[in-house]
Amino acid sequence: MRRFKQFHLIVIPVAMFGFGYLMVPIYDIFCDITGLNGKTSSISQAELDVLETDQDRRVRVEFISALNQGAQWNFYPEVKSMKVTPGKSYTTTYTATNRLDQSMVGQAVPSVAPAQAATYFNKTECFCFVQQSFDPHESRQMPLVFVVDPELPDDINTLTLSYTFFDVNSRIN
Amino acid sequence: MNAYSVDHIHDDHHDHGPPPGLMRWVTTTNHKDIGTLYLWFSLIMFFIGGFMALIIRTELFQPGLQIVDPHFFNQMTTMHALVMIFGVVMPAFVGLANWMLPMMVGAPDMALPRMNNWSFWILPFGFAMMLSTLFMEGGGPASGWTIYPPLVLQTGDALPFLIFSIHILGVSSIMGAINIVATIMNMRAPGMTYMKMPLFVWTWFITAYLLIAVMPVLAGAVTMLLTDKFFGTSFFDAAGGGDPVMFQHIFWFFGHPEVYILILPAFGIVSEIIPTFSRKKLFGYSSMVYATASIAFLSFIVWAHHMFTVGMPLAGALFFMFTTMLIAVPTGVKVFNWVSTMWRGAMTFETPMLFAIGFVIMFTIGGFSGLMLAMTPIDFQYHDTYFVVAHFHYVLVPGAIFAIIAGVYYWIPKWTGNMYDEKLGKAHFWLSTIFVNVLFFPMHFVGLAGMPRRIPDYAVQFTDFNQIATIGAFGFGFAQILLLVVVIKCIRGGAKATDQVWEGAHGLEWSVASPAPYHTFSPQPVVK
Repeated sequence: MRRFKQFHLIVIPVAMFGFGYLMVPIYDIFCDITGLNGKTSSISQAELDVLETDQDRRVRVEFISALNQGAQWNFYPEVKSMKVTPGKSYTTTYTATNRLDQSMVGQAVPSVAPAQAATYFNKTECFCFVQQSFDPHESRQMPLVFVVDPELPDDINTLTLSYTFFDVNSRIN
Repeated sequence: MNAYSVDHIHDDHHDHGPPPGLMRWVTTTNHKDIGTLYLWFSLIMFFIGGFMALIIRTELFQPGLQIVDPHFFNQMTTMHALVMIFGVVMPAFVGLANWMLPMMVGAPDMALPRMNNWSFWILPFGFAMMLSTLFMEGGGPASGWTIYPPLVLQTGDALPFLIFSIHILGVSSIMGAINIVATIMNMRAPGMTYMKMPLFVWTWFITAYLLIAVMPVLAGAVTMLLTDKFFGTSFFDAAGGGDPVMFQHIFWFFGHPEVYILILPAFGIVSEIIPTFSRKKLFGYSSMVYATASIAFLSFIVWAHHMFTVGMPLAGALFFMFTTMLIAVPTGVKVFNWVSTMWRGAMTFETPMLFAIGFVIMFTIGGFSGLMLAMTPIDFQYHDTYFVVAHFHYVLVPGAIFAIIAGVYYWIPKWTGNMYDEKLGKAHFWLSTIFVNVLFFPMHFVGLAGMPRRIPDYAVQFTDFNQIATIGAFGFGFAQILLLVVVIKCIRGGAKATDQVWEGAHGLEWSVASPAPYHTFSPQPVVK
């Protein structure tokens, strides 16, 4: 019996198992660059200060909300839509109410459509950055500060920002 | 018979044949025994998976809910696919490879015989585990074989069993593939250069690399599902920063090469059979090899054509559309070569040849509907409709399954030493061919008209075509009993086969006796 020489036959499966996991960070980076999965960008105050405003342009931003898997909340935006000037920062709020007799923790996850616009939608402050805990029957307005990048392609006139509110109690316990 | 006695004289100091009794099959390291085990396993699973398909078709005979509840219907679509892919087509190809590959390259056995035994014997346990989920609390997996989260995470107790059984099937096929590559690289007879290898060996060589490259990716993907469900990770959970779409990318990075794992060995079988019954050499041998390699390479960069509708920038959609359509080029080369091999050949139409020609024609129909689906804007219309079901059943049933059946008819005289019953074989072919088209062709029409897949109910205007399809399903299903009859009859007796079996057959496997002795090529043959 000859000795087994083809060690690449063992290396390839092990490496490809690793590659499957490597696709997770690759996907995140790829989406971060391209905005493919509708995830928005965040921006610091310093970066915001150097943005030029495009006074001649108005972009419509729509706000929608959704609950995941029948979570027991009320969750809705303060305004349904706004006309904004790219480069200027705006503030709006979403209101969430815990309908249950126990304290709950929720997490809002944003998504922007069309996906090509996602990287141009920047937030300086957002309730979605952290998990939100609520006392029983507590209702709260949660702020969102955003700016639309003036580099937004000309053919995009409407952005839709969607927040889905997830129950994350089970994840914490 | 001459070669048989010669072999016997050579071998009788160490060849005592198989040990008697059941333990022969449990402990065997003989490539022929293991090939037989794989093929029987595959045939049994074929009837189990077919039974599930008939449940699906019975439910779809009429609109409305008739015999099963929707949740069970979904379990059937899921399990039918898993059984047919991992339990029928893949083991059948591995079984044919085990039987024929060492004889084709002039090797006495597979390179790693003990691992060979293991890679078969973990398979029945994997499938026992997978099928047992149907009897569990909450039923079996019902999310489709693509096991997309978050839906699949709602599976009941079955989920971990499903995941571990996929792990086991993956380990089994990776070991099988390692064995095949090691055999081809190390055990070829002197003079058997790579470009002299039979095409079945070449296509399996390339398929084996696809297997070892992508089965671990599937293992990773299902492991992520497992940790998402039970260990608090959030790879695919948006609430924790994950993304369910990422699962689809990882899954189809495995899934598309998997599609070619299911068809490349079929190309190899057909490339063996057509030259034999055309009594000509295969037209364009080296272009066949390069076409196979090109298809294998392209299969790694087209995966997102399964998910055009999840949203993708225009550049991405165009890239995946064009690379997908590019696959038609090497595939077209193959079809052209098969047709050219038959051109002006002295053709006869024994059962293996009939199945091979049926393969070429009907696989091409499936290839064309695949090209239609490759076009992004059209795919938006056809995605998840019965048109997709028609497409992949055309490439898998009259494609892969027909090729496997052709291979069985072609090689069974070498395995048993007896000719099969030609009349029954031909009846099997014609019944299968007629009913497989009655079964799948109407699915194109209901699919184009918008009937969604994986739903137990449908709008009344689809009734006629669905009833035709159901009639075809029962016809095709019962026609397969003929295959079982032919195989059993052939094992029990029949006209004695010559060593060459077929007049136009060439290659090392036809130089050994029929039936092939338990040990072949102990002194290695030399290929000139």
